[in-house]
Amino acid sequence: MAADTTVYKEIEGKGGDYYALVGWLGVMIAAGLGSTYYMEHHGHVVTGMTNAIVWGTPHVFAVFLIVAASGALNIASISSVFGKYHYKPLARLSAITALALLAGGLMVLVLDLGRPDRLIVAMTKYNFKSIFAWNIYLYTGFFVIVLVYLWMMMERRMVPHSKKVGLFAFVWRLALTTGTGSIFGFLVARPGYDAAIMAPMFIAMSFAFGLAFFIILVAVAYKNSGRPLGDLILFKMRNLLGVFIAASLYFTTVMHLTNLYAAEHSGIEAFILMDGGIYTFLFWVVQIGLGSVFPMALLFNPATGRTCQGIVIASLLVIVGGLAQMYVIIVGGQAFPMPLFPGMEISSSFFDGAVHPYAPTLPEVLLGLSGIAVTLLIVTVAVKYLPLLPTSLSDAKVDPSHAAKEG
Amino acid sequence: MTKPMNTIDASRRNLLKGGAAVAAVTLASGITLRTIEANAAVTGPATSAKRWGMLIDANAPEGVWDLAVEACKAEQGWGKAEADSKPATDPQWIRKVSIKDPKSGAKATLPVMCQHCANPPCVDVCPTGASMKRADGIVLVDKHICIGCRYCMMACPYSCRSFVHEDVHGQRPHMPRGKGTVEACTMCVHRVDKGQKPACVEALNKAGSNAIMFGDLNDPNSEIAQAVSKYVTQRIRSDLGVEPGIHYRGI
Repeated sequence: MAADTTVYKEIEGKGGDYYALVGWLGVMIAAGLGSTYYMEHHGHVVTGMTNAIVWGTPHVFAVFLIVAASGALNIASISSVFGKYHYKPLARLSAITALALLAGGLMVLVLDLGRPDRLIVAMTKYNFKSIFAWNIYLYTGFFVIVLVYLWMMMERRMVPHSKKVGLFAFVWRLALTTGTGSIFGFLVARPGYDAAIMAPMFIAMSFAFGLAFFIILVAVAYKNSGRPLGDLILFKMRNLLGVFIAASLYFTTVMHLTNLYAAEHSGIEAFILMDGGIYTFLFWVVQIGLGSVFPMALLFNPATGRTCQGIVIASLLVIVGGLAQMYVIIVGGQAFPMPLFPGMEISSSFFDGAVHPYAPTLPEVLLGLSGIAVTLLIVTVAVKYLPLLPTSLSDAKVDPSHAAKEG
Repeated sequence: MTKPMNTIDASRRNLLKGGAAVAAVTLASGITLRTIEANAAVTGPATSAKRWGMLIDANAPEGVWDLAVEACKAEQGWGKAEADSKPATDPQWIRKVSIKDPKSGAKATLPVMCQHCANPPCVDVCPTGASMKRADGIVLVDKHICIGCRYCMMACPYSCRSFVHEDVHGQRPHMPRGKGTVEACTMCVHRVDKGQKPACVEALNKAGSNAIMFGDLNDPNSEIAQAVSKYVTQRIRSDLGVEPGIHYRGI
């Protein structure tokens, strides 16, 4: 492995574009906070959520961001844990992106609580049988570990230790996503959940969502800061993204095949795959078509996969597909009626036996988007004040042997 | 070490007992602290020697279930006027569920409320421990530490919990409720602790119906334990192994 000669430098961040970006993100965050005030003042009655659809759009965004957070750390893990030195220059940005995504996701999750003012209760009272309570530790631990990891990568004296901490962070992030997937996997009563495969599926999803988000970030940061971004690192990330999309598709396929095999799950499968209306559309058209198959075609087609735009568009589609997937899992899983009396037709004033309607409201969407804005703002500010971004990601810088070959 | 502590505890208890008798304390001029009459549980502290439960006869005439629902609304204060109702978000602590076998056409109507499971999924998943099960099997929500995450509602196999979506009015002194927290049937714990029956059971008894039987399943001499040992009863989704305290006959 070549010695790390990468030069990291803060971006200038002085132009009008930079402040315009910060301003817009600030406006989005303010809109999210305003939505929270509105929702908490009037109660959740002003949202689309009901007693049947108890988790809605805020949770779609929050879980997406939390899942993407652990995935965004992969670039750092690949370089420190698996010794792929090409990715080393991006390890710092990978760590800060992971922290920012988690912060954005958790903010949305907390602000949607019925009593966000009781956050301190969640921090001081634990039921250790609850996967939610474990997650509080996993999230907090992730912040601490990734911060230490980032510091070790940035502090020259500590660099030799960064590999060990990187390994720990990698194991922790696997645990974290297992925990997030298990929030659903442990729900034994609902046919849309109750599956151990949720945990590895969420890990595969995190790889894809996190990397897609990261690729866009790198492309935009390098374009706007005028720093060189070579094809070598971009194409490496492109190939990885393709593999991660395939892995996510694999788990989705296995989950549905397993469910289709069991007669007791035929109802939920027919609902998601065939006659679930918006959920069927989101599953086939957005998650599978636009969010998985089409981006893979873009990535592996030489005409589009060899251009930065093609790779960025594919990454954007993975994010759109990922949000759709979250919507299908979270909202679709609740929209399908609870099998109170399996095999029986049931009805009540509480809408038992009926498919539960849900339509997102503006405050919910604004709150969700503000989570993305928080993520972007943290990264935008961090790269201005900390030496996180390499001055160059040209092929010669990323791979000195490449330079020799070219030279 | 333990002896002096016990002494202190006993004296504290006496102090508290004395305090309960005082209805109002003047803290400063113009500021009065009113205390609700503290009725100590006449049945003593909750103990696992008891297992409160119900036996519901699904063959009872359908009309009695409306009586049970109305009695619950009146007792616990969750009912709303028709004009103000928002069916998708209004809480329902007990509801009348109609079931029909699509093959045979056989029908039944029965009330469904918190099933007071022995292994309650809502209690397992609650991050703060707000969802809890008393030693005597009654499952409750501590509204003071509920953060409103609704994970218990995701986990409940019976859709028996409601989230308070807006400000609540007409609260009962024995049943504080709050916007942003989760609530459900308490098996009228405030009545049970005074040796009374839950409001729904009492309302049916008054109307001459024994369609909901309430009692201690652990007491072999109780009417409910004898009925449960005599007839084959069902529990909803017994396949999940959560062991509800609510038994049904005639489903």
